[in-house]
Amino acid sequence: MPAAVDVLLIEDEPSISEAVRFLLTRDGWQCESWPQGLGAIERIRLLAPRLVILDLMLPGRSGAELLADLRADPALSHQPVLLLSAQGTEYLPQGADRVLAKPFANADLRAVVRELLDAT
Amino acid sequence: MARTPLAPHAPRSQPSARPLIGTRIRERRLLLGHRQAEIAQRAGISAAYLNLIEHNRRPVGEALLVRLAQALEIDAAELASNREEMLLGALREAAARGNRDGLGAAVELDQIAEFAARFPGWATALAAATRRADGLERRLVAFSDRMTRDPYLLTTLHEVQSAVTALRSTASILAETPDIEPEWRDRFHSNLDDDSQRLSRTAQALVAYLESFEDDAVPMSPQEEVEAWITAGQPPPAEATELASDAARVMARDLLRWQAQDRGLLPDAALSAAVAELGEAADDPALIAARLGRPLDLVLRRLGMLRPGPWAQAGLIVCDGSGAALYRLPAPGFELPRLGEGCALWPVFEALAQPQLPIARLIETTGGARFASWAMAERLLPMGFDGPALSRAQMLIRAAQPRDQRPALGVGPACRICPRPACLARREPSILGPA
Repeated sequence: MPAAVDVLLIEDEPSISEAVRFLLTRDGWQCESWPQGLGAIERIRLLAPRLVILDLMLPGRSGAELLADLRADPALSHQPVLLLSAQGTEYLPQGADRVLAKPFANADLRAVVRELLDAT
Repeated sequence: MARTPLAPHAPRSQPSARPLIGTRIRERRLLLGHRQAEIAQRAGISAAYLNLIEHNRRPVGEALLVRLAQALEIDAAELASNREEMLLGALREAAARGNRDGLGAAVELDQIAEFAARFPGWATALAAATRRADGLERRLVAFSDRMTRDPYLLTTLHEVQSAVTALRSTASILAETPDIEPEWRDRFHSNLDDDSQRLSRTAQALVAYLESFEDDAVPMSPQEEVEAWITAGQPPPAEATELASDAARVMARDLLRWQAQDRGLLPDAALSAAVAELGEAADDPALIAARLGRPLDLVLRRLGMLRPGPWAQAGLIVCDGSGAALYRLPAPGFELPRLGEGCALWPVFEALAQPQLPIARLIETTGGARFASWAMAERLLPMGFDGPALSRAQMLIRAAQPRDQRPALGVGPACRICPRPACLARREPSILGPA
């Protein structure tokens, strides 16, 4: 049985992934990561994180497609999701709880994560 | 059964056809210093009739044009040159642009022909400037499309943004975390080095790519590229500089495929032989189809592609069920508007609404040029009886015989630049005055 996970970060950029995990871990959150779109839904089912941080552009399956999969799945439809987007906001998919534009300030990321986790 | 040449509701052209020719005749006569009576006598007509012609109140038939040209010591082709018609079209485009851009003064639309005849240099310069402005506008749209849809550009920009995101987060961590563990500090220093190098490489590639836009000589839509390729004589797609985009190359190959298919069904030699054997009767595509035992729609397309004998100056327009052009080859003097535009009165669209029904019409452009046209549409069932039927229509056009004096159906290039005020087929107001 895996340990309870606060945050599952789905991000294909190793440097961003390392930086985010470092920040959130130092804030006391249990953080895991997954580097691609393929297998991400299975990973969410397995770890049951309190929050998913989802990059929009991912190899294999895009963040928008994953978000649609989550919202269509009765067991995962209420999963809190923070979307990391490098695109303009006019093209953003519907369904994320919050969106953070890249590049983001670390303080903003930490504040949004705290807000979403406190709400769960 | 072929239709009558003119539908009862169709707008008829005015008798003042080919206005520029009258003006040019007058200009030429005055240039030579002759009186109307002298030229009229040499041409075998009355001075009063010449006066009407010079004021664009009477059309000029081909035989009379030749006599007038001889009297005026000028080549008949030059006197009736289609170049002027094209120039008029370009000037109308310039007027449209002026209206759209909200110029302070209205363009004197009723004097376009006179302007072109009296100041050919200025008119040509204005037409060239308008074409250049149109070209630049198209480049801008093409670049805009590229900025939002180009996969390479999108990927590269994403790469830049990812590197910047990583650099910003990592640098902030190092600056704001004095008690960071040495292993993490070393790790982040290494990441900073990697990401800054990656950003540098990507930025250089991006600049080089953006600079290559300047060298791109064909910033057109795929359809426009294909049209340019057709005009260039359809060179092999792999070598054709006109086909800049992958989409255009795919479209060109598709076009070559159905042309080859048509050629297989009706080979060049068989069509040329039938045209030669039929003599004057080869002016009627239905008779050629009957002689060959081939469908009329196929014969229309093949005549427009091969252009044998009397069809050497023929034009061909093929469109799909939505009216979008699949193939456009203009006949000299039949002005084709920009892609995506057309006149709803073109027989090709009438044929589209009545598949399998052959339609023959005598049509007349806003400049007074008369053309014979033959159109037919067929239903295609690529998805079988269960699937939706698709349509394809073709129209073959050719300069009308001078002896054919039947009333003609007045058509235009496109509503926006068509000066026929009472046209019942109009879908948008014209920016031009009446013809």
